[in-house]
Amino acid sequence: MAEPYRGCVDCDIHPSVPSIKALLPYMPDFWHDTVVQRGIKALDTISYPQNAPISGRPDWRVEGRKTASSVEDVQQQLLDAWGADYAICNPLYGVQALLNVDMGAAFAQAVNDWLVKEWLDRDERLRASIVIPMQAPDLAVEEINRCAKDPRFVQVLMLVNGEMPLGRRFYWPIYATAERHGLPVGIHAGSSYHHPVTPVGWPSYYTEDYLAQSQAFQSQLASLICEGVFTKYPALHVVLMESGFTWLPSFLWRLDKVWRGLRMEVPWVHALPSEIVRKNVRLTLQPIDAPPTAEQLNRVMDQLESDRLLLFSTDYPHWHFDGTAAMPEGLSPELARRILVDNPRATYSRLGGQA
Amino acid sequence: MNVQTQVRRAGAASTKIAIADCDIHPCVGSPRELDPYLAKRWQQEFATFGSRFRHAFSGGPQYPKGQPDAHRRDARPPSGAKGGSDLGFMREQHLIPNDVRLGILNPLSPSGQGFQNPEFSAAYCTAMNDWQKYNWAEKEPRLKASVLVPYEDGAASAAEIRRRAGDPAFVQVLLLSRSAEPLGQRRYWPIYEAAAECGLPVAVHAFGYGGTPITGGGWPSYYIEEVSGHAQCCQALLTSMVIEGIFERFPGLKVVMVEAGFAWLPPLAWRMDKHWMRLRQETPHLKRKPSECIRDHVWIATQPMEEPDRPEFLRDTFEWIGWDRLLFATDYPHWDFDDPAQAIRIKLSPEERLGLFYNNAAELYGQPLQ
Repeated sequence: MAEPYRGCVDCDIHPSVPSIKALLPYMPDFWHDTVVQRGIKALDTISYPQNAPISGRPDWRVEGRKTASSVEDVQQQLLDAWGADYAICNPLYGVQALLNVDMGAAFAQAVNDWLVKEWLDRDERLRASIVIPMQAPDLAVEEINRCAKDPRFVQVLMLVNGEMPLGRRFYWPIYATAERHGLPVGIHAGSSYHHPVTPVGWPSYYTEDYLAQSQAFQSQLASLICEGVFTKYPALHVVLMESGFTWLPSFLWRLDKVWRGLRMEVPWVHALPSEIVRKNVRLTLQPIDAPPTAEQLNRVMDQLESDRLLLFSTDYPHWHFDGTAAMPEGLSPELARRILVDNPRATYSRLGGQA
Repeated sequence: MNVQTQVRRAGAASTKIAIADCDIHPCVGSPRELDPYLAKRWQQEFATFGSRFRHAFSGGPQYPKGQPDAHRRDARPPSGAKGGSDLGFMREQHLIPNDVRLGILNPLSPSGQGFQNPEFSAAYCTAMNDWQKYNWAEKEPRLKASVLVPYEDGAASAAEIRRRAGDPAFVQVLLLSRSAEPLGQRRYWPIYEAAAECGLPVAVHAFGYGGTPITGGGWPSYYIEEVSGHAQCCQALLTSMVIEGIFERFPGLKVVMVEAGFAWLPPLAWRMDKHWMRLRQETPHLKRKPSECIRDHVWIATQPMEEPDRPEFLRDTFEWIGWDRLLFATDYPHWDFDDPAQAIRIKLSPEERLGLFYNNAAELYGQPLQ
C-alpha cells in the first residue's frame, strides 16, 4: 500500500462503459429497441480517444478489454494499491453530446443505474457523480432527484463545454436542485462539441483540444461568477475536475481587476471573484500542469492564497504521472493532508465529514 | 483601472523615463478621412452597406462597452471629435507628458479587419495603412504604423505585407485575436511567411469577430466576460501557432501578443509542455518543447497590467516570462489605460526598468532610443 495515500479520497476516477450492450439491460423497451434497431454502436466521444496515451496509463491497460472497464481492475490497480477510503466515479460517456434530449435523458438514467449495479454495489469504497442530460435542465432535475435518494451519489456531473456558458440561467434549475440536496456540482473536462472547442474555432490536433480544456474552465468559471450563480445559490459548491489549477491565480487577478472596473454591469456580484472562488469552488489535483521546478510549484501554491482549494485526484486511468507520484514533491505535511483527506471530506458532505 | 478624468498638462510629469508604448489606438474621426485612399467603389460600399462583421449590430460592438468606444472620457479632444482621432491632442495628452519616444499604432474597428466581404476587407485595410502612414507616422516620427491585413485571406494579406516592406513608417503586421479559425492554421501561413521574409514582427491584438462563440461552450452574456475572455482566446491561438509548428516552419518569425494581459503565459507554457510530451506522436513536425518555442519567438505587451494582491507575485510572473520579452503598453486612449508612472507596483532594477519600458521594444522594432 502506498503509505501517504492511506485514507485519502480520490475525487476523480473514470470507470468506462465497456460497450453499449452493457447499458441495454438498464434501458426501457423503447430506448433498448432504438439502440438495437437504429444501430447505435457507442457514445464514446472524441474527448478521450481510447488509444491516446493520455486516455489510459500503460500499466493500467489490460489486454482484451477497455481500460478501467472492470471493477476488479480498479480494485487491484487503484483502491487496494493506494489504500483510498473513497474514490468518486465520474463516467465519461457521450450522454451530454446527444442532440435528442430524450435520448440523452434515457442514456443518463441507464449509465447511473449501470454504475450502481456494476460498480457501487460491488465495492463499498466507490462513490459516484450523477450523470445528467445537461442539455435539458428539466430532465436533469428529474434525474438528480431520482438518484439523490442513494447516498452513494455524492455529486452532480456536468461537462465544461455544453450548449451555453454554465452560468446562464438556463442551467439554474440544476443548481437549485443540487444545492437543495447538498450535492456539489462537479464540472469535468469535456465537451458536447456543439460549438468549436476553442474560442477561436476548431483546432487541427487532439493535443490542442486537450490543452483548450483549461481555457474552457476559465471561461465557464467567469460565467458562473458573473451571472450570479453563487449569489443566487450561496451554499452551492462547484468542483472543477481535470481542469489543471496552475492557471487559477492569474485568472483570478484578471477577473478581480475587470470586476473592479466593470462591476456596474453585474451588480449582483457582491464580492471579489477571488473571494467567491475561495468560498464556493474547488479543483481536483490531476493533471498538475506544473512549472519546471518544485520551488516554482510551491510558489504557485502560495499564489492560490488558500489551502482549501485542491482535492486529491488520480484521474485514473488517465495518464498524468507514473507509479504513485500523484502528489507534487515538497508540500508541507499539513497541506498534503488537506488535499488528500480534509478538503475532499469538507466538500462532499455525503462522505461523512472528517475521517 | 479606474477611468481617469483629470487632464494632465504637458510636461507635468517630470519623474518619468522615456517609454515605448506598444499599443496606441489612433481613430478615424470621420469616414471622409479615408476617401483619398479608398476607391470610389469602396467608398460607396461603406456608405451603402456599412462595415459588416460576423455579429448582429451595424452600429456598435457585439457587447456594449463600459463607456463610449471603450475610451477614457478625458481622451476626447476639445473639438469634440473621437478619442485618438487628433494627433495634436494625442501629443499633448499622452506623448509629451508620458515621454513616449516610440509609439506603435494599432488601429481598431472599423479598420477593415474582419469585414465579411474579403475584397472590401483588403481594400479597407490598404486604405487604413495609407491613412496611418500619411496622417500619422509621417507627421509624427515617434509613431510607427502596423500593417493591417485582411487576415482571413492569406494571399491578399501577404501581398499587403510585401507592399509595405521596407517602408520605415511600418514596424509590424497586425492581426486580431478573434479570427475565423485558430491562427496557427495553414490558411494564415502566407502571412507568417511574408512577415518573416520582410523582417516584420506579427502582433496579435485582442478583439475582433471570428463568428465563433468566445467560449468553447457558447456565447456568454456580458462584456466583462468578453473582456476577460480575450486571454482565453490568446491562449488558444498561441497554442495553435505552437502546435501547428509555425515557428518551425518560419524560424525568423516573431509574434507579439497585445492587450490580453500576460500572467496566463507561464501556466499555458507549463501545460503545453506536459501534455505535448505525452501526445507528441501526433505532432512529429515539432522538434522542440512548446515553452522553448514561446521563449524564443513570443513577446508580450503588459497592458492590462496584472494586479495580484501581493505585488511580489507580479515579479514571479515577469521572471517566468523573461524580462527581455516584456513590452510596456498603455492602450491609449482606452478606458483601461495603464499609466506608466503607476501601473507597476513592484520595484524594478534600472536594467529591468529600461528593458521593460523601452529597450525590449527598441530592439524588437529596430528603433533605438532617440
